Amino acid sequence: MLKEAKIKKICKRFGNDRTRMMDIVREIQQEFGYVPPKYYDLIAREANTHRVEVQSVVSFYTFLSDRKKGKIIIRLCEDIIDKMAGADEVAAAFERELGIAFGETTDDGKFSLEWTACIGMSDQAPAALANDTVLTNLTPEKVPEIIQALKKKADPQVLVTECGDGNNADQLIQTMVQNNICERGEVLLGDYDLEAGLRKAIEKTPEEVIEDVKNSGLRGRGGAGFLVGLKWEFTRNAPGEDKYILCNADEGEPGTFKDRVLLTERPDLVFEGMTVAAFAIGAQTGIVYLRAEYAYLRAFLEDVLNRRRAAGLLGNNICGKDGFNFDIRIQMGAGAYICGEESSLISSCEGMRGDPSDRPPFPAIAGYRVAPTAVNNVESYCCATRVMDKGADWFSGIGTEKSAGTKLLSVCGDCERPGIYELPFGVTVNELLKKVGAEDAAAMQVGGPSGQMINPSQFDRAISFEDLPTGGSIMVFNKQRDLLEVVEAFMEFFAEEDCGYCVPCRVGNVLLLNRLKQIRNGKGVTEDMDYLEKLGKATKRMSRCGLGQTSPNPILSTLENFRPIYTEVVRDNTSGLQKSFDVLEAMEQANEVTGRQSVLFHA
Amino acid sequence: MADKLKFTIDGVEVQAEHGQTILDAADAAGIYIPRLCAHPDLKPIGSCRICTVVVNGRPQAACVQPAAEGMVVENDTPEMLEHRRNLIDMMFVEGNHFCMFCEKSGNCELQAMAYRFGITAPQYPSQFPDKDVDASHPDVMMDYNRCILCTRCVRASQELDGKNVFQSIGRGFGRKIGVNGRQALGDTDLNVDDRAADPTICPVGCIIKKRVGFEVPIGERKFDHEPIGSEIEKG
Ligand SMILES: Cc1cc2nc3c(=O)[nH]c(=O)nc-3n(C[C@H](O)[C@H](O)[C@H](O)COP(=O)(O)O)c2cc1C
Ligand code: FES
Repeated sequence: MLKEAKIKKICKRFGNDRTRMMDIVREIQQEFGYVPPKYYDLIAREANTHRVEVQSVVSFYTFLSDRKKGKIIIRLCEDIIDKMAGADEVAAAFERELGIAFGETTDDGKFSLEWTACIGMSDQAPAALANDTVLTNLTPEKVPEIIQALKKKADPQVLVTECGDGNNADQLIQTMVQNNICERGEVLLGDYDLEAGLRKAIEKTPEEVIEDVKNSGLRGRGGAGFLVGLKWEFTRNAPGEDKYILCNADEGEPGTFKDRVLLTERPDLVFEGMTVAAFAIGAQTGIVYLRAEYAYLRAFLEDVLNRRRAAGLLGNNICGKDGFNFDIRIQMGAGAYICGEESSLISSCEGMRGDPSDRPPFPAIAGYRVAPTAVNNVESYCCATRVMDKGADWFSGIGTEKSAGTKLLSVCGDCERPGIYELPFGVTVNELLKKVGAEDAAAMQVGGPSGQMINPSQFDRAISFEDLPTGGSIMVFNKQRDLLEVVEAFMEFFAEEDCGYCVPCRVGNVLLLNRLKQIRNGKGVTEDMDYLEKLGKATKRMSRCGLGQTSPNPILSTLENFRPIYTEVVRDNTSGLQKSFDVLEAMEQANEVTGRQSVLFHA
Repeated sequence: MADKLKFTIDGVEVQAEHGQTILDAADAAGIYIPRLCAHPDLKPIGSCRICTVVVNGRPQAACVQPAAEGMVVENDTPEMLEHRRNLIDMMFVEGNHFCMFCEKSGNCELQAMAYRFGITAPQYPSQFPDKDVDASHPDVMMDYNRCILCTRCVRASQELDGKNVFQSIGRGFGRKIGVNGRQALGDTDLNVDDRAADPTICPVGCIIKKRVGFEVPIGERKFDHEPIGSEIEKG
């Protein structure tokens, strides 16, 4: 088929609808290995938009490309946890084996090598994606076999010789990923009655359901901790015929991998919770926004949805309830941390770049397609299902007064048992460290890079919204680690992932990162700590969305809790000259042009 | 609905229509809140953050935040002045701004803002990024070295010209204004008379009309005699 015809067919499959642009360009990329700019005009014409709008979308997402890439793209996770587990050595092995550097494609067009942000496999690092296939526990020794196998057969699934536990071995998943469930709690990972929550919910009025969820004290599990019942109430009361239930499965915060396990082992609990929400709010449509890194779960999840449709749990007159109509579709992401921010997520679902929006209006009033929309995290929906089944009092009886229920923690880094721990809120850091086998920890990053790094004197603090909040990410560092390297990796992440919409976040993160690099290079002076602190605070205070409002945290929290890591490497500036300015380096170009050394400044 | 709602800016009582932004209400009251990405003829989008004020303790962009009854707004405080200064500095170092060679000097809102804040040199190190100059259009040129990504051109083209000549592309520090053409501005349907090409839309010297440079001599330009914001403060 002609390329033009193929593109037209893809556009048509999505109704020539510009709001499905994400799906359109994803499919085109799948077909051609990239989104060829020479077809931007055609895509725009078919989808009723402008070519620059197509370019705008393609250029936003890291998994989309306007340049031809290899048939197999190997994306190695560059997260600090993966680096600690030897990702650099694995990277070198890939480069050796393929004869290309990262960011390049082999001449035969078969392979591309890329670094990528955390892919949600920090418990089995170093990890990589070969197209959609996840490769875990990589070592330099494994790399030659991997490349050989892929050269023999250009299908990354050949690398899966042994599947992980549980549903990871399902016909539709077939991945080497392990669940690593280390502790099951009574809310999420224990036994539960399938569909009991939903059936009990539809016996009640929507208002009663909302009241129950409010009374349970359930707060959002994605990080911000907003009361789920209250959000549902706002969305229910907002004027509008069409309403939407969005499930945030973007799980982009480095070190978080708990939604991965819920989607693998508790998909029904997630969809059931969305259905309960739909009943409570009066919504007809649900969308699961699934991060591109979890594409390996897509077919499985689609199948679960189909089973639910067949069982009357989705579709029209759900569970025989007259007029209760609701269905769910999966929207794939394309590699953008910012798309976990709820307004960016909505834009992305609408087929646009993932710039966040201004609030007000809040999504509850004007979200997806400007209609009232409830966005909740995967785990939040699971909890809501359980609240419906077991009651608000049961739920609020677990955890602390202000943080009801259990929390799914994903623990990684320097510990004996990385993995998933479902623990009641209020568990102290010390208790957690004992469970994971890391009593010698020197530092813990709670809540991912956007959270905070705490020192051992703070290990008696409790994981909870009121003390140490986390969306799930827990990273442990022992005393051999260079914490400034960790901070730099986190700042690299933010500088890489910010959307660039507003000035403070776009520029502030780069300036913070650059100064940090100088300090690590031994060019830091005492005043730099003040510079970082002021710049960090300005960035936090002036940024438009949660990304920039938290991105300086790695620096600010270590300046507070680990000040010696800075004071040890900066020096007093006695000369009065800027230490970061290297005059000899600055003269190099001039020397080259004049063909001689400067008389005043020379080596 | 009551006709007008009341709130305070730095302790001064201000009235606003329902739905009016803090910025518009302040303008009407003769209180100047600095701004760069906002433009009276365009929908506000809150990207430069210069207009940030503290509303009931929380920072909010005045250009997009609706006024509400009884809200307490802090505008001219040492904290906000310092942070706005920081933002202006950031805009200078993320591009390549050489006022002495720039046709927009004296009419440039970024330059004028820096003068208003008493900035003589940015406190942050210049990043000296590699930026393009696009001279492909017969009547209009773009110097990306000076772009501050306010997207006023994007909105002017869409909202005032009924076209779609510009759009943001890329992300993060690499974000830029893309054009709706195969390669460059010359491939678009931009007309020299479009509002998007009007020198009052681009706040800096990024979008410049050809062959009319220096028609108004330096010294007689908009901000040569009075600081930016004076017309609002005079009421
Ligand atoms: C930069 C950024 C990234 C985010 N990423 C996620 C994410 O990956 N998953 C998530 O559930 N929430 C994420 N959030 C929080 C969402 O904006 C939103 O608060 C959440 O999805 C609401 O659901 P909840 O109340 O159930 O937690 C992110 C927020 C920001 C600012
Ligand atoms: S003027 Fe309000 S953010 Fe730019």
